[in-house]
Amino acid sequence: MNEAIKTVVMPKWGLSMSSGKITDWLAGVGDEVADGDELADIDTDKIAGTLESADAGILRAIVAKAGEDVPVGATIALIAPAEVAEDEIEQAAEQAREEIESGAVEEVTGPMTGAVEVGGRTISYATLGTGEETVVLVHGYGGDKNSWLFVQEPLSATRTVHALDLPGHGESTKDVGDGSLETLATTVRGFLDALGIERAHLVGHSLGGAVVTAVAATEPARVASLTLVAPAGFGEQVNAEYLRGFAAATSRRELKPHLTQLFADPQQVTRQLADDLMKFKRLDGVDQVLNTLLGTLLDGDRPGIDAVPELTRVRAPLAVVWGRADRVLPPDNAEQLAARTAVSYIDGAGHMVHMEQPNAVVRAVESVAGTPEG
Amino acid sequence: MARTISYREAINEALTQEMERDSSVIVMGEDNAGGAGGSGEQDAWGGVLGVTKGLYHKFPGRVLDTPISESAFIGAAIGAATRGQRPVAELMFIDFMGVCFDQIFNQAAKFRYMFGGKAVTPVVIRTMYGAGLNAAAQHSQSLYPLFTHIPGLKVVLPSNAYEAKGLMTQAVRDDDPVIFCEHKALYDTTADVPEDSYTIPFGEANVVRDGEDVTIVALGRMVHVAEEAAGELATSGISADVLDLRTTSPLDDETILESVASTGRLVVVDESNPRCNVATDVSALVAREAFSSLRAPIEMVTAPHTPVPFSDALEPLYIPDAQRVVNAVKTVMGGQNA
Repeated sequence: MNEAIKTVVMPKWGLSMSSGKITDWLAGVGDEVADGDELADIDTDKIAGTLESADAGILRAIVAKAGEDVPVGATIALIAPAEVAEDEIEQAAEQAREEIESGAVEEVTGPMTGAVEVGGRTISYATLGTGEETVVLVHGYGGDKNSWLFVQEPLSATRTVHALDLPGHGESTKDVGDGSLETLATTVRGFLDALGIERAHLVGHSLGGAVVTAVAATEPARVASLTLVAPAGFGEQVNAEYLRGFAAATSRRELKPHLTQLFADPQQVTRQLADDLMKFKRLDGVDQVLNTLLGTLLDGDRPGIDAVPELTRVRAPLAVVWGRADRVLPPDNAEQLAARTAVSYIDGAGHMVHMEQPNAVVRAVESVAGTPEG
Repeated sequence: MARTISYREAINEALTQEMERDSSVIVMGEDNAGGAGGSGEQDAWGGVLGVTKGLYHKFPGRVLDTPISESAFIGAAIGAATRGQRPVAELMFIDFMGVCFDQIFNQAAKFRYMFGGKAVTPVVIRTMYGAGLNAAAQHSQSLYPLFTHIPGLKVVLPSNAYEAKGLMTQAVRDDDPVIFCEHKALYDTTADVPEDSYTIPFGEANVVRDGEDVTIVALGRMVHVAEEAAGELATSGISADVLDLRTTSPLDDETILESVASTGRLVVVDESNPRCNVATDVSALVAREAFSSLRAPIEMVTAPHTPVPFSDALEPLYIPDAQRVVNAVKTVMGGQNA
């Protein structure tokens, strides 16, 4: 195939994704597309996302139509400059079509999962990419490594990206000790040690944002940049009702109304998302973990964490992203951070910016981490 | 870490983890190890379909092979439960329960009530039910409605491997007698099951599929039949809310009523015989509590009022299948698509 023809493939957003359904093409054949332009809406069994272009050129062919469910890794469209001959495009499209129909799509390697012992606990993580620079993603309260599904993939094009499960979460040991910020930050430091990571770009969401801030404050030499996504520990506002409701819910029916608080678009709360969370909440020890951490996150109805003193010790370049429709930690909380850096307020995003508007998070990380040559 | 394991392995894993966690958990039944009293291999069987295999050597002295006398060993298990053990007794086929009705109905189910709440009887009786393996009329029944009828018993019917592990763990930890009904045709089915222990609470139906036009209530193996039917219905534009009851006692009235309130139509799929079964029970509940929501008469898809046939030509006709569920849904839809 002519090297000028770039393929757009069905992405692998997370460990369990094996195929995706194109719900809508946002770009049409003949459209000029730039790197980062939105190409198509894609539905996975967990959540819907938007695929952005990784190349610039003209969208020459759409191989998989809207409504089609195609395996991860399948070529769904072709991008090429205008000078590439039409018959070459046709030939490439035909070949891609055959691959989808015959099931001969080369399997895309998803994240590699691993586990390390840190402070007597097993810490689970998923790694994508082999770049020289390292990014570590730290989720929030009740989340896990899979919540970064839309962010980890694009960042991994030129970097090694680890998403870890904090203690008590995902597949890590269901114990958080005293549940303090210090305990969690110590675990993240121990994780860097265990993987032999000397220096990393840290990205943290919500509680994870406070955790990576604490790590950056205590290990300035090891933190190349810091990206905070709706971080805890700043400002005076917190949705205590959400946090307590999430911790207390014992059925999907009880949980679901709380989950809708997480997103600007409540449709994002799929049954799979709620089911997966219930499966997590039923595990032995999780109840205690969530209640212990609740004691860290809340002081009565007020925020229980103050990361401002830590932030004053942070020297690394800082990026902050906040969803305008965040109903868990409202965007007003960003004021204290605005003094340090320009905060990106994102439309169409609630608390889960990295799931609803993942490209905004990717851009924020790249604004401080730079873009190494791929 | 979740991995794919079978229904059989999921139950075995729940028992293993509970036996590790709590030394009062014991396992007993016919051939639960196998080989006792003979010169052959110990743990040759692990129960008639191998569910308890491996426990005998892992937990010396805590896996007991019993004589073929259900009334004796079920009675012994219930007695041990009142004295601080947590026995999990395997009564091979639910069809054989008749010989120990007194121990179950009149003893285990009554202790908490008759001793003013001071007695607990944390016994689990595991048993196989269901047709589909040509095991004939005395080894194929779905008798869970009998136990559902008795106050004081909890009745559990896991529909897949994930459910089986969580419900078994809950059953062992529960302080009341639990009748744990395993469908013999499900043992080799697989699902993603976490390695860590977890519990699924009793009395909470699982909405396995969201829909708007009709509520399909199912349990045990029939959940798969209902899901297959729902998949087929979707192709003709009918969306079904499919509920897996998980437990018939306690029954999750709330989820059933909530679903019917939004769909206005009910089909209940139950593998047991049609008189006084779970289908009639759920239908009566909905007729009484949600009559004004109903837009069509309730349909029940059940086995006929006959013994389970041995004939391999007749047995498939006896067991409710997806086509019958589709037909029932089309009946309640009144030939319309919404």
